[in-house]
Amino acid sequence: MPDYMPHTEAEVASMLAFLDLESIDQLFDAIPKALQVSAGLELPGGLPEPDVSYAMEGIARANRGAASAMVCFAGAGSYDHEVPPVVRSLAGRGEFVTAYTPYQPEVAQGMLQAIFEFQTLVSRLSGLPVANASLYDGAASVTEAINLAVASSKSQVVHLSTGVHPNWRAVVRTFARGTGHEIVEVPLKGGQSDFDAVAGGDHPGVIVVAQTTYLGTFDDVAAARRRADEVGAVLVVVADPILASILKTPGSLGADVVVGEGQPLGTALSFGGPYLGLFACSLHQVRRLPGRLVGETVDLEGRRAYVTTLRAREQDIRREKATSNVCSNQTLMAVTAAIQLGWLGTHGLAEVASRCVSSTRYLAEQVQSVAGVEALLPGVSVARDVAITTPIAAATVLERLADDGFLGGLAVASLASEGDGSIDPSLRERTIVMSATEKRTKAEVDALALALGSAIR
Amino acid sequence: MGETTAAPRAMAAPGGRAASTPLLGNEREPTMFEMSVPGRTAYQLRTTGIDVRPLSELIPAEFLADAPCDIVEVSERDLVAHFTRLSHRQFSVDLGAYPLGSCTMKYNPKVCDTVAAMPGLADVHPGAPASLTQGWLALMVELEESLCEVTGMAAATLQPSAGAAGELTGLLLMGAYHEAQGDRRRRVLIPDSAHGTNPASATLGGYEVTTIPTDHRGLVDLEALREALDTDVAGIMLTNPNTAGLFEEDIAAIAAAVHEIGGLLYYDGANLNAILGVVRPGDMGFDIIHMNLHKTFATPHGGGGPGAGPVAVSQRVKDFLPGPKPALLEDGTYGWVTPPLSIGRVHGWHGNSLVLARALTYLKVHGGDGLRRVAERAVLNANWLRKRISEHYPAAYDRTCMHEVVVTATALKRATGIKAIDVAKRLLEEGFHSPTVYFPLIVDEALMFEPTETESLQTLESLAESLDRIALEALSNPEELQASPRTTPVRRVDEARAARVLVPTEDARVID
Repeated sequence: MPDYMPHTEAEVASMLAFLDLESIDQLFDAIPKALQVSAGLELPGGLPEPDVSYAMEGIARANRGAASAMVCFAGAGSYDHEVPPVVRSLAGRGEFVTAYTPYQPEVAQGMLQAIFEFQTLVSRLSGLPVANASLYDGAASVTEAINLAVASSKSQVVHLSTGVHPNWRAVVRTFARGTGHEIVEVPLKGGQSDFDAVAGGDHPGVIVVAQTTYLGTFDDVAAARRRADEVGAVLVVVADPILASILKTPGSLGADVVVGEGQPLGTALSFGGPYLGLFACSLHQVRRLPGRLVGETVDLEGRRAYVTTLRAREQDIRREKATSNVCSNQTLMAVTAAIQLGWLGTHGLAEVASRCVSSTRYLAEQVQSVAGVEALLPGVSVARDVAITTPIAAATVLERLADDGFLGGLAVASLASEGDGSIDPSLRERTIVMSATEKRTKAEVDALALALGSAIR
Repeated sequence: MGETTAAPRAMAAPGGRAASTPLLGNEREPTMFEMSVPGRTAYQLRTTGIDVRPLSELIPAEFLADAPCDIVEVSERDLVAHFTRLSHRQFSVDLGAYPLGSCTMKYNPKVCDTVAAMPGLADVHPGAPASLTQGWLALMVELEESLCEVTGMAAATLQPSAGAAGELTGLLLMGAYHEAQGDRRRRVLIPDSAHGTNPASATLGGYEVTTIPTDHRGLVDLEALREALDTDVAGIMLTNPNTAGLFEEDIAAIAAAVHEIGGLLYYDGANLNAILGVVRPGDMGFDIIHMNLHKTFATPHGGGGPGAGPVAVSQRVKDFLPGPKPALLEDGTYGWVTPPLSIGRVHGWHGNSLVLARALTYLKVHGGDGLRRVAERAVLNANWLRKRISEHYPAAYDRTCMHEVVVTATALKRATGIKAIDVAKRLLEEGFHSPTVYFPLIVDEALMFEPTETESLQTLESLAESLDRIALEALSNPEELQASPRTTPVRRVDEARAARVLVPTEDARVID
């Protein structure tokens, strides 16, 4: 029977003899017999690796929509970026992949230094001095940022811009069931947060805005900062790590906490995970920082060394008084991001960002030239996504485009939508968010526009 | 000892000892930023034919930075050398035995990595319509069903990204269940031996924590538990086997008592490896369970993550599960369905999908029979090690353990001044990763060993010999022992200084 256990029958017998046992079942004598599984699990028997590989290949083939098999114009937080062989190769090294949390720093300097470099990169891109070793994903980061900000401001009222991805807002609402935070959604007007629309009620302790919204518009972070100052709120900004290269950093615009989805930094689309939660904050918030933080120090010979630090914040020490329960994070994706950013460098990241904006603008122009297709927000600048409306249901349009080999975007109606004020309800079913990354060619965009012309009929 | 282990030793050397492959070098590796040279590049992008327009024409001036954010500038060759050298300064399961208790650092089969890299799985956008992702939906449904069979539960969610996320999801499910009965309960019971995530999650779930003591057997104090139970108790969080590596043999009585006051039982699946195919949490009376796929189902831990923490529940809790959930629809295709009383999403998309694909691969290779063998060999290895090292490192609770054993260095410390942490650090020089130290909190000078089922008898014997050697050194030369490790890339690090003079980034470095 195939498996990964080295024991021979003779060794098992000798080990049992050493323990004065006659059968392996005796090891489980502390478990009441009545509770034990008597007839074995009702699962198929084990199969050799090659058989399982064939079976999994079959499952993979059933995913018609793989970006490698279709031309991908879907974005809204998860993007089809170039991940070069060098990044896949380095990030796939067994020393990184099969390590545990760096609890013994003497034999974990590799991971610890890589995380330190990742933290430095996130700090530079966010414009804030401290970044943690990662959280699960963008949704988890914004949830944790709200917890930090509530603890800091002592007010549980949260004004959450609907420019933030609808699924992330849904996650925030779910976890608010436990914390009791009052989540008030701020509608968009012309693609920007309309705080006046939620005037009245309690002053918020926390304001959350997306620097670039899931609909592809630029929100006004400086205006959000002014609003936060007026009401004494902590400002959390969701930022895109690619556009961070060319936009004013949220930190320079007054963000107290910057969070984001790090998937665009070297991680495949991965059907949604594992992704990479980015989290940066100002120095005076560092003792409330969720998750792990690596700091530089020295060893007893005075050599530079790295170690997880400010550990007294974390759940294994503070237990029920901890500000976060996070233990496992997404370290491997963080290291991947550090490698990807190293490969892109200052100039490569800026070029990718410029291409994303430029190509998405070209995409917007081409698809909006199709009769019947309109911009959701005419005249509003697009960042790296563009929202369009179609004369028929968006879901139908996307199915037809798929038959022509295009993943044409995301139907806004397929995302979480409870209480959503980001979009005119009458347009929801007919809105598609699409994006062109640095990988999309002119020929691909032109072909998509042509296919869209037929798909909307 | 004697004959029983001498025979295999004579035939083979240990496979899990990494002292022969030193982590290279004790000279410092520069950071990427120190290697950076202005103007140097590594990137190459696809030819697109789309003109890049000036950013000032595309982005309102008020949002645009004056210059690109300065991150780093290195060549591809330097990048490869740098991260390869960093990898040589990192212990891993691929390199050697990693008996880190409570973490189940078993061998991670390479076939699972290959599956996770299949383009048909890795390159799928999470927002693609269900018609384009039938394979993923089928994979997820099969994994949910398999996990339910392994745990004896009715339904599952794959959304939680890690164990702690699973715990919090489980506690929100507990709250939703009570609320649906028109019942608001404020307290959750947690044994003093529990992982720190349990009380932290309970607080975030909106509960107050009542700590239940452990008795002389290393098990939940049943009398103290009964006294703590009243109708304000939402439920209890238990790890079984517990963090002392012992099976809570009164589990049926505990379940009856908690259910009697209307509470639910939450199972922390951190130690599920010990009981695969032997006993199921559902059959013990648990209502909600999270699993750590990065422990029990061998998905690699990536230096701290990603994990995956699916939650499975009994019949009475299933309507509250997070959604949307993958489901086989009446028309024979797969789609997304949200349970009627769902607490909502707990993940931005569908969970750590590629981790889930690895876990299903592992499950298929092992099958039901193989999973039972995993538990048997894990428990056999732990007990063999428990007895083999008992002379110098007696078990905290002297009885058959499950997949891990907690030993104590109290006697060693009294006799020599050598503490658990010294043993752990010295073991690094021997080529083994340290066990978990000072946990569970209820055991003095605790060293928690979890050898896992994938280490050989030869490796266990070698580990035991190293531990014997360390115990003798503690008597003969304690000062030298306290100076260990010396052969590692760095020696003991100044943790107090790291906290006192915080340097979390390259830009915060004030001295060198």
